[in-house]
Parts: sequence; structure tokens; C-alpha cells
Amino acid sequence: MKQFQYVRPATIQAALDVISKPGSKIIAGGTNLVDLMKRGVTAPDKIVDINHLPLKGISEPIGNVMTVSIGALALNSEVAENSRIKELFPLLSMALNAGASPQLRNMATVGGNMMQRTRCGYFYDTTMPCNKRQPGTGCGAMEGVNRMHAIFGASDQCIAVHPSDMCVALAALDATVEVAGKKGKRYIHFADFHRLPGEKPQIDNNLAPDELIVRVIIPTNNFSRNSYYLKIRDRQSYAFALVSVAAALEIDNGIIKNARLAMGGVAHKPWRLFEAEQFLVGKTASEENFAKAAGLAMKGAVGHGGNSFKLKLAPATITEALKHAAGLV
Amino acid sequence: MKKAINVTMPSSAEGMSRVDGRLKVTGAAKYSAEYTMPGLTYGVLVGSTITKGHILTIDTKAAGRAPGVLAVVTHLNSPKVPGDQPEKGKPVPDKGALKVFYDNKIYYNGQPIAVVVADTFERALYAASLVKAQYKAEKHITNLPDNRDKGFAPRGEGVYKRGAADAWQSAPFKVEQEYIVPTVTHNPMELHAIIARWDADDKLTVWDKTQGVNDTRDDLARLFKIPAANVLVHSQFVGGAFGSALRTWPHEVAAVLAAKVVSKPVKVVLSRADMFTSVGYRPFTWQKIGIGATADGKLTGITHEAAGQTSSYENFTEGPVGVSQNMYACPNVNTKYNLVSLDIATPTWMRGPGEATGAFALESALDELSYAVNIDPLELRIKNYAEVEPSSGKPFSTKFLKEAYQLGADHIGWGDRKQVPRSVKQDGWYVGYGMGSGMFGAYRSGATVRAKMMADGTLILQTAVSDIGPGTGTAMTIIAAEQMNIPADKIRFELGDSSLPPAPTQGGSATVASVGPAVVKACTDLKEKFQKLIGNGGEDHPDYAKVLKEHNLPSLEVTSSSDGGNGMEKYAMNSWSVHFVKVLVNAATGVVKIDKVACVSDCGKVISPKTARSQVIGGAIGGIGMALMEESIIDHRYGRYINNNFADYHVPVNADIPQIDALFINKPDPIINVMGAKGMAEIALIGMAAAVANAVYNACGKRVRDLPITPDKVMG
Ligand SMILES: Cc1cc2nc3c(=O)[nH]c(=O)nc-3n(C[C@H](O)[C@H](O)[C@H](O)COP(=O)(O)OP(=O)(O)OC[C@H]3O[C@@H](n4cnc5c(N)ncnc54)[C@H](O)[C@@H]3O)c2cc1C
Repeated sequence: MKQFQYVRPATIQAALDVISKPGSKIIAGGTNLVDLMKRGVTAPDKIVDINHLPLKGISEPIGNVMTVSIGALALNSEVAENSRIKELFPLLSMALNAGASPQLRNMATVGGNMMQRTRCGYFYDTTMPCNKRQPGTGCGAMEGVNRMHAIFGASDQCIAVHPSDMCVALAALDATVEVAGKKGKRYIHFADFHRLPGEKPQIDNNLAPDELIVRVIIPTNNFSRNSYYLKIRDRQSYAFALVSVAAALEIDNGIIKNARLAMGGVAHKPWRLFEAEQFLVGKTASEENFAKAAGLAMKGAVGHGGNSFKLKLAPATITEALKHAAGLV
Repeated sequence: MKKAINVTMPSSAEGMSRVDGRLKVTGAAKYSAEYTMPGLTYGVLVGSTITKGHILTIDTKAAGRAPGVLAVVTHLNSPKVPGDQPEKGKPVPDKGALKVFYDNKIYYNGQPIAVVVADTFERALYAASLVKAQYKAEKHITNLPDNRDKGFAPRGEGVYKRGAADAWQSAPFKVEQEYIVPTVTHNPMELHAIIARWDADDKLTVWDKTQGVNDTRDDLARLFKIPAANVLVHSQFVGGAFGSALRTWPHEVAAVLAAKVVSKPVKVVLSRADMFTSVGYRPFTWQKIGIGATADGKLTGITHEAAGQTSSYENFTEGPVGVSQNMYACPNVNTKYNLVSLDIATPTWMRGPGEATGAFALESALDELSYAVNIDPLELRIKNYAEVEPSSGKPFSTKFLKEAYQLGADHIGWGDRKQVPRSVKQDGWYVGYGMGSGMFGAYRSGATVRAKMMADGTLILQTAVSDIGPGTGTAMTIIAAEQMNIPADKIRFELGDSSLPPAPTQGGSATVASVGPAVVKACTDLKEKFQKLIGNGGEDHPDYAKVLKEHNLPSLEVTSSSDGGNGMEKYAMNSWSVHFVKVLVNAATGVVKIDKVACVSDCGKVISPKTARSQVIGGAIGGIGMALMEESIIDHRYGRYINNNFADYHVPVNADIPQIDALFINKPDPIINVMGAKGMAEIALIGMAAAVANAVYNACGKRVRDLPITPDKVMG
């Protein structure tokens, strides 16, 4: 590991000053950053510790503010176990608990979870080609071992996936991200926070290098009774998703009034299934309709050999998740 | 139904707890990497990034100038390893262990090309990243299936035939299938580590993770051409090994070389990624089985072929086809075993070794045959039960496998199994039952134990054996407590040190069977010595402390040996196991959940029930890992492992493991040794992977023949 400087700015403003200089990196829980530094994937000159900044709280919806705000430094475990979150957004709680291990969730933060980088083995091994780590070197996974990789929205530069579970739920829940920069605050719709690889796979998301995630805002909804996060993985816990599905339904008398669906493990970003959501509105909550929605969701999916099984696993998982959300299982 | 030993949780398990349990859970047990000493320095290995070829140049300047660096050792400046040099008048063997920093040749990706030594670990690690090599790469091969045509028969283990060859083909009911066991890495929790210190030009001390302090001592003495008596090996605690510490590996030699160069003790701890390339693995093995039976399920023939991978510089064999020769009474059996040399590091024994690989194929094939014949798979096995060893005709010392079948079947609820897949559904999941059986030679070798009774009545037992986790010290304490008729907490068992009386390497499930008799012998001799002191009429178990006091003696000691026994001359000797598994399968997503496991071991007398239970549970979990998730994946274009970390290389976690019932027949084998105890470590895993695969098929009708059984192979 390269030697680096450690700084602990006293205020958010001071933190913004430091991160505006190239070569600096924010550290929150460190569960991803430190691993990447140990493997030589990233080698910052300066580590900017933000853990003491006032970015931790989880707010209640009050008065006519029908939103919940979660600070960027709230721990994954705190959010997952928070009684209001469990009540209002059980989907988020389930997704968080499906991620990593209790030990990691006790360190990992919401901001860090959003910013975590892909687990692609070629990205991690500095002797291998990887356009995300070193633009122009090629994509090792494209014709290599790509069992974990993307079937949606990939480019010829990169077929990596974003590994987060939490983000899949937040995308489904129409969250908004508040970010702070030197010029002030701005808001990014969660579905637009992460990006597709395109020609620039080295850029994971639309947060500028000199910006900092402040909090995530989730509007209240009527999905809490019919939500489910289903994660298919190689072991029962502590493994990244082969495919995961966040399903949220508003069901009235057996008829679906509103639906939200997002998938993990299939794209460079949490993958919202807009067409399938629209299809479900006004339909009865039946396995048959769920399977149809799943079929619609698969439009444009492309396998690359090792991951082609996802073309079959993904719709099966969508159907299964919807069945759970609707209480059919 | 018989009562199982310890089917409940450990807190309520019968028997004595581990003698070193407290040390282990409080962190007081000291493992090799945890030692420190004046002047200690740290070595970090640099691995080759090509798979085959040679080093053109190696630039160590930046590394050498980095802060705290004491030395950068490569093939260009390394001291010679005397034992690696060609001997005058002797032909140079064309194969053998990798010679460390010997020349510029590269045999596998990750091969150590340098060791950087610095005053701190962090500085050594950083400097290691600065070593830059230029290579001339050659075309490499790391993929066994594509290179099976390059297979060759290993010396002495190539072919076997009993009766007619390929007799299965003319059977009325038959199955012929191919099975794959992928490369699997031992991955014990404790990383391999060594501290090497030269105490004089010809005197070496190491603190090393090893399953055999004496083997390590002898290897290092041979390599560095110094008297074995001048090499001291300490390995008091080993945090799991499963076979990975059965031999001396390049990182150990590198540490000893580095210590020579810097004239200070050097500590080398492998990284998790290094564990995949540096300390062996279960070799990728392709197998094909043809098996036939009559309409009433009598086996008529088995043909078992296997091709296992090895390195280009060494032949590693593990006899995967052996199980087909002796597991069942079958008149016609022919087997063939090939090795394929690949540009990859040498594999090594991993728990259950070849038998586990072979049993996956044989026990899967038998299950497939049971469906072809339409007979219960357990009944098929009972129909072909071997009463004598099929290959030799020798009687078995003991074999209670039939009882084990019954006990396990009762426990899992085998009666609820339906012969037709997809017959039973529970909350949307298909329910299936499967079984797999295992056998492993009951080995025993000579050992020596020193027994010393101290004035305060404490008994100290000493022998050089390692304890890699099974609880050797516990079992030996139980034996001695019974022999001497003193409480276990009055006994101290000291092990893991080459200066102690010799004992075999801990491997092949032979420790209790080998060292146990030496403990018995030492206790007997010590009691005799007491008898002599007391004179006529002394009781068999006197108050030892009192006797010592009366005779004004500080202590009384004996050193006694037992031999390897000669049971195998007349008898076929094995331990036996059967595993029953109940699984739940989601046919749509391919998710497999193990619902219940019952493992029955026929391993002679159980000496230490609590640690025996742990041993079986550990083996079963290893088998579940092998069945469902473990695979070391190489990108063959580069010859590099792609999942060489614990996030991507999956071993079972708690959520994967249901209740595991460990049951024991617990009948002594009178031939093996005075205690009647045989090994139980390997059989705990052998046959398990097939039991899972067979249960998955019984649940959902998907037959998976290439491990691991991941969701993608089961779904749809
Ligand atoms: C073995 C293992 C298994 C795992 N399994 C899963 C899994 O199954 N599912 C899953 O979802 N995750 C999994 N994870 C990933 C885990 O969720 C992330 O490592 C964690 O969420 C990162 O949070 P952190 O606070 O530790 O981030 P850090 O490591 O501190 O930071 C990560 C990145 O985020 C940036 N960052 C942090 N906070 C901010 C902020 N406020 N504004 C801007 N940038 C910021 C940092 O600069 C850095 O680039 C696993 C991790 C490991 C090690």
C-alpha cells in the first residue's frame, strides 16, 4: 500500500475543500475503500475521514413533509434495524440485511454503500485488463469469467455490475440523493445516480469528484404491506447477488394499484423495470401476470456466456419476488 | 432407534471439552504468525504474473531503496539451496518440488520470484509492489478438460482390472456418465505463516504452520544440508489445514533463505490470494463411470476412469478410482487413472483426498443406477454389500456399515423419501433425500511418547505430533486419564515441537490410531516403574504424588514407543461412513437449501465424543461446501485465479448449515490398536458431496454432475 496522508476536516465545508483537490478520497466505513487500496486498485494521496461530520441521522416524516431522510453516515445496520424504516420501508430493511455480513453492516455507511465499486475480478486484479480500473486496457470479463456480470445496459467497454443491495431498494422506492458541492446543494433522483458504463466505464455515477453525499430522501408510500427483496446467490448469506429483485406493490382488493420493481446483479446500476411496473397496474395480483411482467422486463437483455443463465434466472426471480410481495407464497 | 451421540448443541454435548478450548477462544493460543522476537523482520513474496516462460529482467532497484527495506532476494542474488543443487555422479531427477529462486523459469502464475524483507510488514508489502519483472511468456495450459489427451499413467497407479473389463456394458440396466470435481482450495482460516531464524551457520529454528514438525525438520535439514538435530520446528497451534500443511512449500524455503541473507529472523505470512497458489489444492478431476446391474440390483461391472491435474514439475497422485475397487462387491471392475500436467502449482491432499473425489462419482453413479433399475438407492447398496475386501479377498478388521446405513436412514426419515423426483413439495420447495457412503484406509504408524509424573501429581505427556484442530491433545488426555486413573485436569499434553519424541505427521486420519497406543504404552510403562518403586503388593493406581514423596523423587518418567501394527497383513482395514441429506430445492431459481443431515461413522471406538462430533460436523460442512459452492476459478487465458478471496470463494456460512446429527457405531476394532480406535477425519467428508447431489436430484429431477451445484445448474 502506498503511503498516504490522513485528514479529518472539522466541517462539511472543510471536507469539500479537501476533496476538491485531485488524489483525495473520502473514507466512511472503509469496508470497500481499504480493500481496494490493499489490492492496489486505488491509491489515494489523501484520505478524508468524514465519520465525525453530522451526517448520521434518520429523520421521521413530520407534518406535511412526507419523506424520510437518511444521513450518508447512517450505518447499514442502523438503517436496517430502525423501527420506523422497518415499518415504512420494509423493502429497504430487507435489502440491507441481504447484503454483506453483520460485521460489515456495522461499519458500512449509506453513502459508502452507494459509492462502492464493482466486485468484478478483473477490476480487482491489477495485472488483468480492465477499462474501469485503467481505461483503454480492454475488458477482461467480456470473454472471460463473467458469471456475475451484466445482462442489461452493458457496453463493449465494460460488463461490470453494481454490487449493492441497498441501492436496488432505494431505486425502487424513488429515493432522491442530496449532495453537497462547493457551489451548494443539489438533488439527484436515485435512478439517475448511478450510470451505465458506455464509453466511460471508469465513472460509476453522476456524483462529481468534488461532491459529497449528504443524505438520501425517501418519499412515504403505500407499499409497506406488499414488499419483498429476493436475492439469489451462491450461498444463503454473505454473497453478492447473482440476481436480486426489489418488488413493491400496492394492492387493493386483489388489484394492483401501483408497482415498483428494480433488479440488482444485472447492470452497472440498479435496474428499474419501468415497463413491467406499468404493465402490472390495474392487473390482478396473480402468478400469471407476474410472469408476464417478468417477460417484459427482460427486453434487451444480453448474455455473455458465463452469465447467460441470468436470462432465465432473472425472470424467475422477478416472478418469485412478486409472489412473495403479493403474499402468494 | 439407537441414541445418537451428541445430536444436540455443543453446550450440552457429552464428554470432555477441548483441553485447549479456553486458550483458543480467548486468543491466548499462539499461532506461528503471532510470535515475535528481537530483531524480527518481515518478508513479502512477489509472485509471477505470467503462467509459463522465464524472467528476462527483474528490477529491484526501487524496492531496494524503499524505506525500511533490508533485502530483495531473487534468483539472481539468492544464496544457493544446497539440497537443490545437482549432485555429482547422480542423475538430476526430471521432476521434483519447486526449487525456490533457483533460476529464471516460471512454471505457474503466482510462483514466487522474489521476497522483499523490511523492518515492518507494511514497508515490505509496499516495496514488494515496486519489484518489476519482464518476462518472456510461452503458451501455457491450465485447463484440464481441453487437455485430457495429454494424460499419462502415473507410475504404479495407472490401471486395475478384476474380472472382465467393461462388463457393465452388457448389463440389462446401466449408466455411463462423466463427473467433474473442480479445483477446490483448502483455505483454512489461519493463513500459512513461518518465522525462520538462523541461530548459527548450521542451526535453524522455525515457527511454522505444519501438520508434521518432524517432516518439516527433515525437509529443511535436507534442503540446507545441515543435521536434522540442528533444526528446531515449533508448531504448537495450527488454525486448520485440511492437508495444506502436509509438506514443505516454497514460501517456507523463501523465508529460510531470506533469514540467511539478512541474518535476522524473518516472518513470512501468506495473503489469502497467495493461499490459492502456494499451498496446494484439491486437483480438478474429470471422471467417467460406467456401471451396470441386473434387474434385481446386483452389480455386474464398474468401469471408473479418472484424469486429475498436476503441475508440470511434479506428479501428484491421490488414487480417486480406488473407491470403485473396494466399496462394493462387484465381480468385474476395471479402473484407469491418468495425470495431466498443467502449468499450475502442484496440488496436494485435501481432506478425504482422492477418495472424496472418487466417491462423488461412484456414489452419484450408483444413485443414477438406482433410478435406472428402479430400486431404493439404500437397498441397492445393501444388495452389493462387500463382506470381504473385493480386491484382495481379505476379511475386514471390522465393518459395521450396514448398521450405519440403518441408523442414518432412521435419523433422516428415509422412509419419507419418494423414489420419483418432484413428488414432495413443502411451502413451494421440492423436498428430496439423498445418501452417499465413504471409506478410508485405517492407517497407523509408529509413535513415541514421553510420560513424566511430577511431584505434585501432574502428568506431562510429550510427543512431536501436530494438532491442526481435531483435538488431539484432548483425545490423548482422555486416554491417559483412563490409563493412570487420574483426573484429566492433572494431565498436560505437550505437542507440536520437533524436540519432543517423534510422532507421525497429522494426516490420513491416523493420529489417534498411531499416537494413542504410544500413550497407552507410556502410561503402562510408567505405572510399572511405580510398581517397581513400591515393590510387591502395590496397587495398580497408587497415589503417584505420595509415592514420589516417599521416595524423595522430583519426578518419574518413561519414554515409550508403539509400532505401526501389522493388522494390514491379514486384514483389510478401513473406517466407514454414510451421509444422509434432506434438501429443499426451489426449481424456479435453482436455490438449494440443506434441511437436515445425518452422518454415521463406523470408526471403531470413539475416544473423545465431543471433539469427534465436531470432527464429523466439520467434515460434513466441508462436504457441503464441496457440493454446493467451492470452486477455485481460473481464467485460462491468463492462468490466474479470478476468485482468490473470501468474498468470491465461497465456503459455507452458518446460514447454509442446518442441524447435523453426528452418529457413531462406536464398536472397537480389535485389530487396529489396543483402544480399538480408527480414524474419522476423512470419512466425515467422503461421500457427502454425492449425498447432496443425489438429494437435489430426488427433489427436483436435476442431476448435477459437475460440482459445485450452484443455482444456475439447478434452475428451470
Ligand atoms: C466481503 C464483503 C461482502 C459484501 N457483500 C455485500 C453484499 O452482499 N451486498 C452489498 O450491497 N454490499 C456488500 N458489500 C459491500 C459493502 O456494502 C460496502 O463495502 C459498504 O457499503 C461500503 O460502505 P463504507 O461506508 O464502508 O464505504 P467506504 O469503503 O468508506 O467508501 C466507499 C466509497 O464511497 C465513498 N464515500 C463514502 N461516503 C461518501 C459520501 N458521503 N460521499 C461521497 N463519497 C463517499 C468513498 O470515497 C469510497 O470511494 C460487501 C463487502 C465486503 C467486503
